[in-house]
Amino acid sequence: MLSRVADRLYWTGRYLDRVENTARLAGVYTNLLLDMPPGVNIGWYNLITLNNAERWFDSRYKIRDERNVMKFLLADPDYPGSMLNSLQRVRENLRTSRDVVPAESWEYINELALYVQENLNAGINRGQRHEFIANVIKSCQQLLGLFESAMSEGQGKSFLRMGRYLETADMTTRILDAGVGLQLENQDDLLPSTESIIWANVLHSLSAYLPYTKSQRASVRGPRVARFLLEDEALPHALRHACLMLREICATLPRNSEVLECVDALIDHRFSHLSDDQAQLDQSFSIYLNDLQVQLADLHRLFAETWFSLD
Amino acid sequence: MAINWKTYEPGHFYDEIISTPGNARLPAKRLVSYLKSLSEDELQARRGSAYVAIKQMGITFTVYSEEGNIDRSWPFDIIPRTISLKQWEKTAAGLEQRLRALNLFIDDLYHDQKIIRDNVVPRYILEESKNFRPECKGISPPFGVWAHICGTDLVRDKDGLFYVLEDNLRVPSGVSYMLENRAITKRVLPDLFDTEKILPVNDYPANLLEALTSLSPRKVKRPSIVVLTPGIFNSAYFEHAFLAQQMGVELVEGADLVVGDDDFVYMKTVDGLERVDVIYRRIDDLFLDPEVFNPDSVLGVPGLMRAWKKGRVGLANAPGAGVADDKVVYAYVPKIIKYYLDEEPLIPNVETYLCVNEKEREYVLANLDKLVVKPANESGGAGMLVGPHSTQKERQRFKGLIKANPRNYIAQPTLSLSTVPTLVDGGEIEPRHVDLRPFIIQTDKTFVTTGGLTRVAMKKGSLVVNSSQGGGSKDTWIVDTGGK
Repeated sequence: MLSRVADRLYWTGRYLDRVENTARLAGVYTNLLLDMPPGVNIGWYNLITLNNAERWFDSRYKIRDERNVMKFLLADPDYPGSMLNSLQRVRENLRTSRDVVPAESWEYINELALYVQENLNAGINRGQRHEFIANVIKSCQQLLGLFESAMSEGQGKSFLRMGRYLETADMTTRILDAGVGLQLENQDDLLPSTESIIWANVLHSLSAYLPYTKSQRASVRGPRVARFLLEDEALPHALRHACLMLREICATLPRNSEVLECVDALIDHRFSHLSDDQAQLDQSFSIYLNDLQVQLADLHRLFAETWFSLD
Repeated sequence: MAINWKTYEPGHFYDEIISTPGNARLPAKRLVSYLKSLSEDELQARRGSAYVAIKQMGITFTVYSEEGNIDRSWPFDIIPRTISLKQWEKTAAGLEQRLRALNLFIDDLYHDQKIIRDNVVPRYILEESKNFRPECKGISPPFGVWAHICGTDLVRDKDGLFYVLEDNLRVPSGVSYMLENRAITKRVLPDLFDTEKILPVNDYPANLLEALTSLSPRKVKRPSIVVLTPGIFNSAYFEHAFLAQQMGVELVEGADLVVGDDDFVYMKTVDGLERVDVIYRRIDDLFLDPEVFNPDSVLGVPGLMRAWKKGRVGLANAPGAGVADDKVVYAYVPKIIKYYLDEEPLIPNVETYLCVNEKEREYVLANLDKLVVKPANESGGAGMLVGPHSTQKERQRFKGLIKANPRNYIAQPTLSLSTVPTLVDGGEIEPRHVDLRPFIIQTDKTFVTTGGLTRVAMKKGSLVVNSSQGGGSKDTWIVDTGGK
């Protein structure tokens, strides 16, 4: 497979996952923020922080309210991570790899891009947001399902999945970091109920609430949630699961020794405090998460060096 | 109301399907009566399903506009154009003859230039050619063939004969649309394919692959072949992707290829560098290799000419093949055929007057109101005078231009392009002008498509068939009428 095509499939996987994550996050925040007890400081702006998009947002908007945050995340023409831009990137990447993806994927992505373009206001206004988000997620799942079921096993499929898992791993560390941030912000008057609201929010953001209750059978507490999201081997959005999948995929590809070393290091990573359910997650955990993100960025760079550019 | 063929009136033009009011030409007889059996609603429904098929199959072409590049659905008319097999066989033989002669001509120009020394073609043509590449002198590509894939534009005049309007020897496009037009028609008019002997067109990709394979310097069973595209923003990108997919070869961009220190060409793959044997290039000469041609080109591959000259990679079409794709050379093609093959041309040229020759110039100057005058070295209709539509002032200006630089001008009579019944907006069937672009492949043997791409000017009375300017297209049926 051509390196350029591999690169485009990888980014298709990443951007498609990003579109879905953005939709899911917007949905979760819309639901949960309505339930917040007064005085708890969970703002829409967290969505900006966890995407590291403060610089872009602040240069465009003064008021950090729901409408501006949604407008920015869904439709901002300059922010490369906005849903509209991510979709455009998926579309361009698929368009230039049409000879290796199922023919219908081109049709599906066009439909989705058109839908989002025409219904942006439904996403920005709270009244119709639920339907908008449900439709976007459904379309993303439709594309993923198509790739899984209609593509032959091989390098093309591997690079699509590789992009998706790396994006998932990255997003999980970001959402956890946002959780820690919220906890620290509200530290002065942190009630047990507030703590559980924050961490339930984190679980919901990653579609992990029900799996958590099933597998943990315990109250929602920060260290336990973090352990689950980082170390569970079966949960689709868990870091460990994503890394194990990446390992499996990379093992099938040529010249992979350096990449595998890097993936293994990520799999073996542990934050020792997490084993204690009573521990308080503090700045040191945030630094740990940051470290994971740096490692994921290194892994991405290694992918590119190994398979995408041979200059 | 079904179609009433008696009221269909193509005027004084040759109609491809209807000979006299109400009467179909032989290869179109079944088609015409079948169309008549459909109600207007049924006809519209067929047209609708063609539209949906084009959307679903993603058949598009790119239009450049100020708001960026737009992907447009391919414009298509469901009523096919028919030609009898007997007539097509003659035409195909003429197309092969023409390309064989042109390839001998190109090869001669890059070697001994005998045709010039023998004063059959004047030297100034070579000296002023924009497409002659001195870098290619002395190179002998396999089989002596430079233009492997040629798209020749044919038009049919009032007299019912085909004439060659233009030879496209550089990177001719359109063949994918010919194939897709047939795929759509099979969906929309399936009944007719049972009863009529309509010759298939789908052997083109296999023939192209075979031709490209024969250019491989490495004599292996499955050499590594690629289609080189300028990329997604090129108007023919759909075709590049289509052909690569149909042949099962890689679609590459310049940045995917690299020429090694050993002067072999490699492509960058996930598994490392892989050798490339043959490149079907769809980018122009001047962008092929920044080391030799345009140094600013980012579309090409540095060192590609070096690799090709050393015979380490096959290039189709060969660089420099465009030298025979020129308005003045065109006028000499009948003489070129005679010179190299000692045969009479099987398909005539449109009569062409070279203003550099005194007698022809006098005729042109005296008949400017009847002729189309074209500058020899411009393309795309720039700087043309269309006599019948011109003003006295314009004709005066051209008189001056021709006299000042007669070499730069040629003139041709205005043509009466043939028509085909076409379903127009509003549901009527009206005559519309068409041309025909068959594709010819030459390596150690030659191959001609069964028919070609019929392009149609969708505007009433218009002769502009280009898809970028409101032109459409039709399926082209070569019908076996049992030797008649």
